[in-house]
Amino acid sequence: MTDYEPWNATRGAEIIAEHTHLEGATLVILHAFQETFGYVPEPALPMIASALNVSRAEVHGVFTFYHDFRHKPAGRHVLKLCRAEACQAAGGDALAARAETRLGIALGSTTPDERVTLEPIYCLGLCATAPSAMLDGRVIGRLDEARLDALVAEAQR
Amino acid sequence: MSLRIFVSRDAGAVAVGADEVAVALAQAATKRGCAVEIIRTGSRGLYWLEPMVEVATPKGRVAFGPVTASDAASVLEAMLADGPHPLRLGITEEIPWLRRQTRLTFARCGVIDPRSLEDYGAHGGYKGLERALTLTQDSILADVTTSGLRGRGGAGFPTGIKWKTVAQTSADRKYIVCNADEGDSGTFADRMIMEGDPFVVIEGMAIAGIAVGATKGYIYIRSEYPHAVEAMNAAITAARRGGYLGPRIGSTSHSFDLEVRVGAGAYVCGEETSLLESLEGRRGIVRAKPPLPAHKGLFGKPTVINNVLSFAAIPFILAGGAKAYADFGLGRSRGTMPIQLAGNVKHGGLFEVAFGITLGELVDDIGGGTFTGRPVRAVQVGGPLGAYFPRALFDTPFDYEAFAARDGLIGHGGIVVFDDTVDMSKQARFAMEFCGIESCGKCTPCRIGSTRGAETIDKIRAGERVAENIDVIEDLCNTMKFGSLCALGGFTPYPVMSALKHFREDFGPAPTRLQAAE
Repeated sequence: MTDYEPWNATRGAEIIAEHTHLEGATLVILHAFQETFGYVPEPALPMIASALNVSRAEVHGVFTFYHDFRHKPAGRHVLKLCRAEACQAAGGDALAARAETRLGIALGSTTPDERVTLEPIYCLGLCATAPSAMLDGRVIGRLDEARLDALVAEAQR
Repeated sequence: MSLRIFVSRDAGAVAVGADEVAVALAQAATKRGCAVEIIRTGSRGLYWLEPMVEVATPKGRVAFGPVTASDAASVLEAMLADGPHPLRLGITEEIPWLRRQTRLTFARCGVIDPRSLEDYGAHGGYKGLERALTLTQDSILADVTTSGLRGRGGAGFPTGIKWKTVAQTSADRKYIVCNADEGDSGTFADRMIMEGDPFVVIEGMAIAGIAVGATKGYIYIRSEYPHAVEAMNAAITAARRGGYLGPRIGSTSHSFDLEVRVGAGAYVCGEETSLLESLEGRRGIVRAKPPLPAHKGLFGKPTVINNVLSFAAIPFILAGGAKAYADFGLGRSRGTMPIQLAGNVKHGGLFEVAFGITLGELVDDIGGGTFTGRPVRAVQVGGPLGAYFPRALFDTPFDYEAFAARDGLIGHGGIVVFDDTVDMSKQARFAMEFCGIESCGKCTPCRIGSTRGAETIDKIRAGERVAENIDVIEDLCNTMKFGSLCALGGFTPYPVMSALKHFREDFGPAPTRLQAAE
């Protein structure tokens, strides 16, 4: 897991200032916010809008368009399971169902103790060593029941 | 002299334990007291053998695989003694799976250290750019046209014509954009080349810059590829330091610099106009064409936007290989195609070969059938928007036109293999569902059609008025195909209609489908 800083408007303003010189900086700034705070805090959106001289609605629109950006922190660990065709062909459906049962949550949600967020991902490009997963940025291929169970246990720790 | 050992740092190898193997090899060497140098390369693309480890010998590199950390000590002994080992695969270059390939674009991938500009130069790197710097813009464009190179992202548009259009459009600024938003399931060639030979992409983009008069380029990489982002950033820094990027490249008057931008999980951004919107910092909403990006692209300026593999093919072509490149291939599909074998396949990986090889050869012969050992029932070619092919069509040659003639597409060259347990109406439903999740929402056929399509397939699977609902699906697919703005809505009918056409027995109430499977 990654340690994130708590939301802080001064820090937010610094992040924006580091990137305003870039062409089309909105996504870059949103990524930077998420890397720093673990999510994009609501108060960040009007700050970005004002710095880039666009409307708040426009920034909101960008933020909500992309699957990656979170409006609240994820669980302590994020387990992403590839749900695309190559992994489906290699038994990914059954593994996803198994992960849901083990964690007691559906894909796209976080356990009540906020330890694990389970998410679908559409292709990690590890299609020749399918099924694949990503746990907190670490890639795992040739997933089977035993390896999945180990990953789930690791995420729950 | 220390033993030179090569271990891949490719994400596909790391995902199956390459990092642990590298550490274990180093520890085994320390314990034994022998000097080793461990070089982290890209992947050779023989993924069923990953983690694959190679050692330099006077006869050439010798490979072992798939190696686990617990094999490290015994593999090291076999390397030192040049002796037998159950995992020994022989001289790497003589492994039949590699020998049967024509590696032009992937010649260095898995061979060199992707962090080393020197290694790149030592293996023929920057010959294309150096020659391009001595040529006129017209001669560079002529080389690209002669090569017959067509866009490797999927559309297959002639690269030479695209570049010429940008070169002939006058503007105060022009851009080169590399589409590295490789979202298609079953494809990983972009990821592999960015991780294994990033300088070839940089070199190709720099040549494009010189050819059309652009000084700035962007590489838009999907966020699902953190290893590729890291590799490209490291290579850009090294190329700048080496004078191959930045002001006055190679001490000429040409300037060109690059920046990596990271996507944010939107599949539709692989569509070029959506990608440009995203690069500009907006929602990835598809633009209507015309105007073409070549006239009004990034920030409204003339823009060359090509796939990673298109740029990666350029250095070979400019290094005097235009004619040689065109000599490979079939019909209007010239050169080589890096084909990716994926899914339930025994020998999965990257197979670069001249166009013209048949689908059957690729799946049965090279891929070795399924890893589950069950019969191959269907293959999906070209990603989530590509058609499903039954065995009856395995004589189709790999070629843009031949696939189109059979209502399919080669797309980015990915082949996903399914065994006989696949439920094709479920796959058709997934195609619609995926389109619904990823639709940018701009045009109605895609936005609404995908949701209605998934609902209708659910009805068919539940046995509800099957014949009528199949008619609805066919009608809906027709509307999506001809009424959508881009390939997402426009090509989703390919997997749906091909599943329906070739695997009709799977479309009906569950009992029929179960009987058919028996």
